Amino acid sequence: MDVGLLQTLNTERAARRAAILVSPLDGRPQRLIKHSDSWQDDPLAEALERRFRSGKSGIVEIADGPDLFLTVQVPPPRLVIIGAVHISKALVPMAQIAGFDVAVIDPRGAFASEARFPADILHADWPEDVLNTAPLDPFTALAAVTHDPKIDDYPLISALKSDCFYVGALGSRKTHGKRAERLQAAGLTTSQINRIDAPIGLDIGAASPEEIAVAVLGQIISALRKPTEIGE
Amino acid sequence: MQEYQARIDGPVTGLDVLSTAEDWASAGRKAAIATVIETWGSAPRPVGSHLVIDADGNFEGSVSGGCVEGAVVTEALDVIESGAPKILEFGVADETAWQVGLSCGGRIRIFVEPLTGAAG
Repeated sequence: MDVGLLQTLNTERAARRAAILVSPLDGRPQRLIKHSDSWQDDPLAEALERRFRSGKSGIVEIADGPDLFLTVQVPPPRLVIIGAVHISKALVPMAQIAGFDVAVIDPRGAFASEARFPADILHADWPEDVLNTAPLDPFTALAAVTHDPKIDDYPLISALKSDCFYVGALGSRKTHGKRAERLQAAGLTTSQINRIDAPIGLDIGAASPEEIAVAVLGQIISALRKPTEIGE
Repeated sequence: MQEYQARIDGPVTGLDVLSTAEDWASAGRKAAIATVIETWGSAPRPVGSHLVIDADGNFEGSVSGGCVEGAVVTEALDVIESGAPKILEFGVADETAWQVGLSCGGRIRIFVEPLTGAAG
């Protein structure tokens, strides 16, 4: 492997951007495909798309050449929770156990207290301020659970525009109907708005905040591992 | 705020094999990277796992649960010397080519390649 190629790959990984290293197994020169490149016309486009989605490395056989090994580097999944509420208190440790990097954002000091949440994941600021510094990306799930449009709407819009792999919002169907109207007025398309999972969580009859957290995490994992079923 | 940034960027720690490989190259050390490219049965490390090896036999990472690393390091020294990549295969059923096997009964193929060029 060329050191320059390795440096570029590591730069992409450090910036939470996906990339695939294509290695001919007969030792011919490798090439690096960044997710942000226009690889749709690449001879390997189909395999690249599948592997960017699955995140799995593996061998690809081609008709006129040596077998290729695709080293797939996608960022670890992240969960950004808007709202330091009761559901979040249960969702944070569950998501961490399941392997997610977790962040909680809530501008309301009474909720976002370090007595309630670990300091290293808590951001007692407006979502606008936090997300401008650390933007959302396709390998991030966003769950908005404050019930307050002043806090939830901006990150929901940002998540849909950033193509987050999961976007969920707490609230009844009626609440969500009003939310959909606001988001439409903000310029989002119907298909973007339909990506929001609302009412949030798998339909398992969850009653307590802790049970709702299970339902939300289950749905996030489903969106991560079975992405084709989103929005169907 | 700074902490959040660090988390979002994903910590690239000293334990990260590809970062280690880059650090070694930057320090002028000759090295090879071994990658698990195929597995059958119950292989201990998934496809895509890396091991980085330098010319003195130092290594970081793993391509098995420790069963075959020794043999991979030996082969990697050869790859660093010759500059030509190799594909290695290990498994309990494959006694002819290799004396080292996987106790779990799985089989793995490993691509070993030299790290070439200069760090920029």
